[in-house]
Order: sequence, then C-alpha cells, then structure tokens
Amino acid sequence: MAAKWISWLDERLGLTTIYRTILDRKVPKVNWFFTLGSATLFLGVLQGLTGIFLTVYYVPHPEQAYDSINYIMTEVSFGWLIRGIHHWGASLLVITVFLHMLRTFFYGAYKYPREITWVTGVFLLLLTLGMGFTGYLLPWNQRAFWATTVATSITETVPFIGPFINTALRGGTELSTLTLVRFFSAHIWILPALVVAIVGIHLYLVVRIGISHVPAKDE
Amino acid sequence: MPEIEHGGGISRRSFVTGVVAFLGSVIASVIGIPAIGYLIAPGLKKHTSDEWVPIGKLEDIPMDIPILSTFTRTSQIGWERSATSFGVYVVRKSADEFDVFSNICTHLSCRVSWKDDQEAFVCPCHNGIFGKDGSIISGPQPRPLDRFEYKVEDGTLLVHLVEG
Ligand code: HEM
Ligand code: FES
Repeated sequence: MAAKWISWLDERLGLTTIYRTILDRKVPKVNWFFTLGSATLFLGVLQGLTGIFLTVYYVPHPEQAYDSINYIMTEVSFGWLIRGIHHWGASLLVITVFLHMLRTFFYGAYKYPREITWVTGVFLLLLTLGMGFTGYLLPWNQRAFWATTVATSITETVPFIGPFINTALRGGTELSTLTLVRFFSAHIWILPALVVAIVGIHLYLVVRIGISHVPAKDE
Repeated sequence: MPEIEHGGGISRRSFVTGVVAFLGSVIASVIGIPAIGYLIAPGLKKHTSDEWVPIGKLEDIPMDIPILSTFTRTSQIGWERSATSFGVYVVRKSADEFDVFSNICTHLSCRVSWKDDQEAFVCPCHNGIFGKDGSIISGPQPRPLDRFEYKVEDGTLLVHLVEG
C-alpha cells in the first residue's frame, strides 16, 4: 500500500532522483573531518527550530525582554531546555563553522573548481558571527546591554564613516528600544533569510561538484 | 524490530532501516513531547481566586432597579500583572434579598446591559434578551444569566468571586 503511494508520488515528483542525487552521490574515501559541514548544518537547523520556539514567548521591548526570558526559564515547561539549546548551540555553531573552515582550508578544498563554495562559506562565517552578535543583545540584561554598547562603539573607530555605522546599528546615538527591535529583526528575519539562501548555494555546489578527496602526499 | 526475531535471514539494509526508524521515533518523541509541553504551558496554568468583593452600602442600593457595579482585580498573567474587570448587576428584591448577576452573556461571553425601555438585559452580539430575574426571554443563549453568591455584612453587600 505504502509502496504504491510512494511510486505514485515518485512518478510525479521524481523523489528517487532527488534521493539518489543528494544522498546516494559518490564520495571519495574521506575521514571524520568531512562531517563538520553536516554537523554545522545540523546545529544551524537546531538553532532555527529552538529560535522559532523562543519567539512564542519572547518580547523585544526593553521593559519586557528580560522578564519574558525569565518567564521562559522558570515558568514554561521545558523552557530551560529550549533556551539552553539555543544558548549553547550558538557557541557550538561558531566553533563547528570555524573547524569546518579550517578543514576545507588545510585540505585545499577551496581550490578550483570550488572557489565559489569557499566564498559563500566566508559569507556564512560572517553571517554566523552576525547572528551571535545580534542575538547577544536580546536578553537585555546588563551583560547584553554593555557588550553591545562596547561592540557598537568599536565601529566608531572606522575612519570617516565610523560614527555613521554606529548610529545606523544603534538606530540612534544611544542604545534604545530602536536598537533592540532592529537587532531582533536582524536576528530572526534578515540574517536567517540570507543564511538560508547562501547555505542553499553552498550545498548546491557541494552536490553539483562533489566533495574533494583527502590530498595525497605529493599534491 | 520484529523482523530480527524470525530467524537470521535479515539483510543489512533492512536492519539499518529498522534501527534508523526505531531511533528516529525515539528522537522524535524526545523532541516532540517537550515541544508540545512548551507550547501549551500557559494554557495549563490555572490562576485561582476566592474572595468576597464589597459592592456597596445597602442604603445606596435602590429597590427593584438593576444597578451595574464594576470592579477590577489584578493577577499575574505570564510575566505581567494585568487587570481584569468584572461587572455585576445587582437587583434588590427586598430589604435583604438580592439577585446578583454576572454581566457576561451565557451565549458567547459578550457583555449584557440593562435597557430601561425594554425592561430587559440585552446582549449586543446576537440579540440575546434576558428578563430582570435573569431568565431567557429570547435569543440563542443556552441558560439564564449566571448568579453570584452574596452576603450582607455591617450594612455592606458583598459578592463571592470564585475563579479557577
Ligand atoms: C553555516 C555555515 C556552513 C554550513 C551549514 C556548511 C555546510 C557544508 C557542508 C554540509 C559541506 C559538505 C562537506 C563537508 O561537510 O565537509 C560543505 C563543504 C564546503 N564548505 Fe561549508 N558550510 C558552512 C560554512 C563554511 C565556511 C565558513 C567555509 C569557509 C570559509 C566553508 C567552505 C566549504 C568548502 C570549500 C566546502 C567544499 C569542501 C569539499 O568539497 O571538500 N563552509 N559545507
Ligand atoms: S454572546 Fe450574547 S447573544 Fe451571543
């Protein structure tokens, strides 16, 4: 019965072709370092899911942000778990992205024909850091407030346009409601949209080109 | 994985499929159950209250005319204290006998109000009409207006507010 349905759908959607192209593709004999990209992808999906769950209660307003997170941690069933995964996952994600980058660098996987895979990867690294930067402010506690004050002040040291970058990031000269809301928007809409689009290109290229092999001694 | 029991003829592929399916369902429930709990948590919290609310001095309550009395109570909802307002209609039937009605329509919870010209409580939402004694005159409402318990203490009328 199930088999009949699957073949009905398959005939119309080409499921087995998708399956064969993505999961049954040929890979060279590689080692565990080649799983770092998948580990990053998994953590990214986990961040997305737990993040969506956090927005069920979180309120991006200076008077409520801290209380709403406190509520998640103390009152909501498994709230500590969802927030805990999102909190620790963020740091872990930065680490795996970095290790993944080191792997592709040291194995020379960035070379022809994978230059664009590398370049999209660089954007993903920056976006991941951006996610961490914008997410850090959201609890609106002392640490978040002053860390963001310091980090946005650093941009002021850029020659000529520094003060402009600073006020643009803050939505004014001081950290305010406007800062919190624009960081929230960047954290849940703008940056994730870019990440999804670029991960799409990145993985398309991984599937299209296939992954590199472990370089031999004389390579 | 029942296939394993009926004799050694299981292929590597179907063994792996079985293990993946089994672990998959374990992981799905380990994730799914907290997820559902997380989403419905505030709905499962009951905030309860049980108090006698003073409505007014007996000498201020006229005979046989429904009087609307409102009061607000604050409670903790989520991380905020918020105020909920209540309205009761008091109808004095004799020196110490009253009808105390909730102004919440028994149909779908709109607020009813007393109309002098119609001699009735009228609900604006679906035209539910209740008599001065709270009984159904016409409309879709399933039961008469709800009543509050009341008592008189030191010349003051108090109603019993019970929630949860
Ligand atoms: C959100 C972040 C990222 C995700 C989800 C991701 C995901 C992946 C995955 C699943 C692969 C398949 C091969 C493997 O796992 O090693 C891959 C390959 C690759 N990634 Fe990433 N990646 C990310 C960030 C980066 C960064 C920061 C760089 C470098 C700047 C990079 C450069 C590459 C390159 C060059 C390959 C091709 C490797 C090969 O063909 O052997 N990626 N990526
Ligand atoms: S809610 Fe009052 S008549 Fe429907």
